[in-house]
Amino acid sequence: MKLFADLYRRLDETTRTNRKIAAMVAYFRTAPPEDAIWAVRFLTGRRPRRGVATRQLMTWAAEQAAVPNWLFEASYEVVGDLAETIALLLPPPVRQSRRALHNWVEADLLPLKDMAPEERREVVLRAWTEMDTGQRFVWNKLLTGGFRVGVSQRLVVRALAAVSGVEANVIAHRLMGEWAPTAATYGRLLSSDTEDADISRPYPFYLAYPLEAPMAELGDRGQWQAEWKWDGIRGQIIKRGGQVFIWSRGEELVSHKYPEVRQAAAQLPDGTVLDGEILPWRAGGPLPFGELQRRIGRKSVGKKLLAEVPVIFLAYDLLEWDATDQRQRPLSERRGRLEQIVAGLGDSRLRISPTAAAPSWQALAELRRSARSRGVEGFMLKRLDGAYQVGRRRGGWWKWKIDPLTVDAVLLYAQRGHGRRAGLFTDYTFAVRDGEKLVPFAKAYSGLTDAEIREVDRFIQRNTIDRFGPVRSVRPELVFEIGFDSIRPSTRHKSGVAVRFPRILRWRRDKRPRDADTRETLAALMSATGRMAATFPQ
Amino acid sequence: MLDSGLQITPKGLYCPEGDFYIDPVQPVPRAVITHAHADHARPGSRDYLCAMPGRDLLQARLGAAARIESMAYGDRRQIGGVTLSLHPAGHILGSAQIRIERGGRVSVVSGDYKTDPDPTCTPLTPLTCHHFISESTFGLPIFKWPAYETVMAEINAWWAANRDEGLTSVLFVYALGKAQRVLAGLDPAIGPILTHGAVEKVTATYRNVGVALPATRHVDAPDTASDRTGALVLAPPSAHHPAWMRRFRKRATAFASGWMRIRGHRRRRAVDRGFVISDHSDWEGLVATVTRSGADWIGLTHGYAAEMARWLQDQGHTAEVIDLSDRPAPDRGDRLE
Repeated sequence: MKLFADLYRRLDETTRTNRKIAAMVAYFRTAPPEDAIWAVRFLTGRRPRRGVATRQLMTWAAEQAAVPNWLFEASYEVVGDLAETIALLLPPPVRQSRRALHNWVEADLLPLKDMAPEERREVVLRAWTEMDTGQRFVWNKLLTGGFRVGVSQRLVVRALAAVSGVEANVIAHRLMGEWAPTAATYGRLLSSDTEDADISRPYPFYLAYPLEAPMAELGDRGQWQAEWKWDGIRGQIIKRGGQVFIWSRGEELVSHKYPEVRQAAAQLPDGTVLDGEILPWRAGGPLPFGELQRRIGRKSVGKKLLAEVPVIFLAYDLLEWDATDQRQRPLSERRGRLEQIVAGLGDSRLRISPTAAAPSWQALAELRRSARSRGVEGFMLKRLDGAYQVGRRRGGWWKWKIDPLTVDAVLLYAQRGHGRRAGLFTDYTFAVRDGEKLVPFAKAYSGLTDAEIREVDRFIQRNTIDRFGPVRSVRPELVFEIGFDSIRPSTRHKSGVAVRFPRILRWRRDKRPRDADTRETLAALMSATGRMAATFPQ
Repeated sequence: MLDSGLQITPKGLYCPEGDFYIDPVQPVPRAVITHAHADHARPGSRDYLCAMPGRDLLQARLGAAARIESMAYGDRRQIGGVTLSLHPAGHILGSAQIRIERGGRVSVVSGDYKTDPDPTCTPLTPLTCHHFISESTFGLPIFKWPAYETVMAEINAWWAANRDEGLTSVLFVYALGKAQRVLAGLDPAIGPILTHGAVEKVTATYRNVGVALPATRHVDAPDTASDRTGALVLAPPSAHHPAWMRRFRKRATAFASGWMRIRGHRRRRAVDRGFVISDHSDWEGLVATVTRSGADWIGLTHGYAAEMARWLQDQGHTAEVIDLSDRPAPDRGDRLE
């Protein structure tokens, strides 16, 4: 545990990439394989579920620290992180444990959720008495299910590649999907033998950045494929060994959640892998994302839900064909074969993502104006001669989203943030006018600069009207321009609307609350943009 | 405040029987100053009184025209109906606790103070009194400082590692107090120590008063350009902007402050490293000092005063929040320390 906590500290205390890689390389060279594989798991964001209720952890920690509950909570509010608050408050350890990471995880952490309450308490307290502040912090992060560290999967892969001499793309591929955290897995991960036995393993997704330059700089329109950008769940269909596996971008196996896609994919020949989007779909068009959310949350899907929210798979790309990796072939070639495969299937549940014919950039820009009424987010632009790359990359693919809808809204409630924004009021609720009243309609966390956040924080401290637990209501004085991707009616929100991806575009210092937009503005936006809002039954 | 001989006024803490203010926020006829930080020593008053080791620092802060008298630590002076004396607070050079005695009753105003060792100033003298007004900048149990030697070893190791990578180490510290305390613990064998103008000026004053410090050079002095790689630069946080930082092409940055105890603050500073070192007391230091005073009334000011007051009340003390700031709300997290 000490070794891993030291690694965490070294990763956390620097923002320099080469130091982070050096720290990981040093760790992987020293740590035994049965520990290293757990480190890989945690560093790549595969966190264990929370094994103890946070309320219990708080109570036990306050007891151990001999701090009254109110003082614990006051400290938590300042630190903004439960695991850290506990680590900072506990008395010094009584002894130093030399137990290895895998032992802590396998013998203590994972069994916690099945233990009797008494035993659970005993295990947690014993751990605290044997760890220093740094170890406790990491341990608490694992306990609360909130383990995160400032390294991307790509950095972890680079470190593993440096340690093993195996190519980074091979390591990245081996890390995909589900694997057991054992020493044997670690051995296979770093093995120079490139034989791949796992038939369910997906390829790393290729992700795009938003378009940064004018279209003209992309060169000839004819070198690019333009597809609509859909608002669903990015997914990968794998057909190998007579079985179908459907993976979400979050590397979750979701085959059982989308039986209609699974049935359609079962007709694909063995040794086929498709990249695409899972979309709720009816009458030739997509349903709002909110409908898909009803299916995301379910473990099993009932007949009623299947009928109400049918889904399809819209194929974007062909990653494997005839059991051969296609990713290095040019898009034009992959696309040609993909069109043949999908057409040959003749199943309306597995379709191809249509390309836009618009022959010039200008024509494409004009076509993009119809995006909102089509229920899409804009365009994806892909170089026809490009390969399918690993992770988020510039150059080959760009996303060209439509401009957000905007309204001017009044800051009404605020809550303290976490992590880098700990202790500052950074989580805001915004309202529009409704006659003399203000109606909250959106929460937003991002979009202000650090200096603006500090200024708003000071405003909130001085203009708090009331407190409801961690939430403060503030004097309605500040106006912000709020952007969002779409708007639709909602019965779950007081305002009667739900907006997608709300964010702060800018602080309107020139405006007073009386200048803010109204509920009628929202209604007008909804009827102007909402093909689905208009047609979908409430 | 009852019977303490002190009053809270819009101009600051006032002693009517001695007719003087302590760290006034507006110009007054007579000001007694705890230490030379900008939020305690403000210009415009007619006469100033401070502890002798801090006299030059205060003059530098207030300008050459300011009329400043000073007293040695521990000396007693009759002012009107009270006896005034100044005692080391251990915060920065010349920082003082202000002791006011009247008819056998003693009130102490702590100013800012710390209990941890500092080679650049006289350590805190614990005082006993009836009324104690204590700061509480870090008045929460999460604040616990590592030993000075431990932090200095971390800073020196960071500097040496940067030097080995061909980087300049830029360490942000408050120019008055923190810079000199850190400087005193730096290992000059690692490389040259360069300073921002604000730090250089204060450091010169420290040396004039006889505080021994490693050699430094102003970062823009002739011939330093070639030395910058591998050097450690002490600069105030306000220098953390592109125009000033441009001097150092390849660099690593760090911030030294008690706030660095909290990970969120560390990350928000957008520096490579945060070192936990403060010129204020941590929770244990505050509790020990307040308790040892034996005061039967405790006033708390700055930072987490409400939390500290409530905790002391829970322990059976009479404690309350004294708002001495000219701001309507505590500006947590960004307060000068």
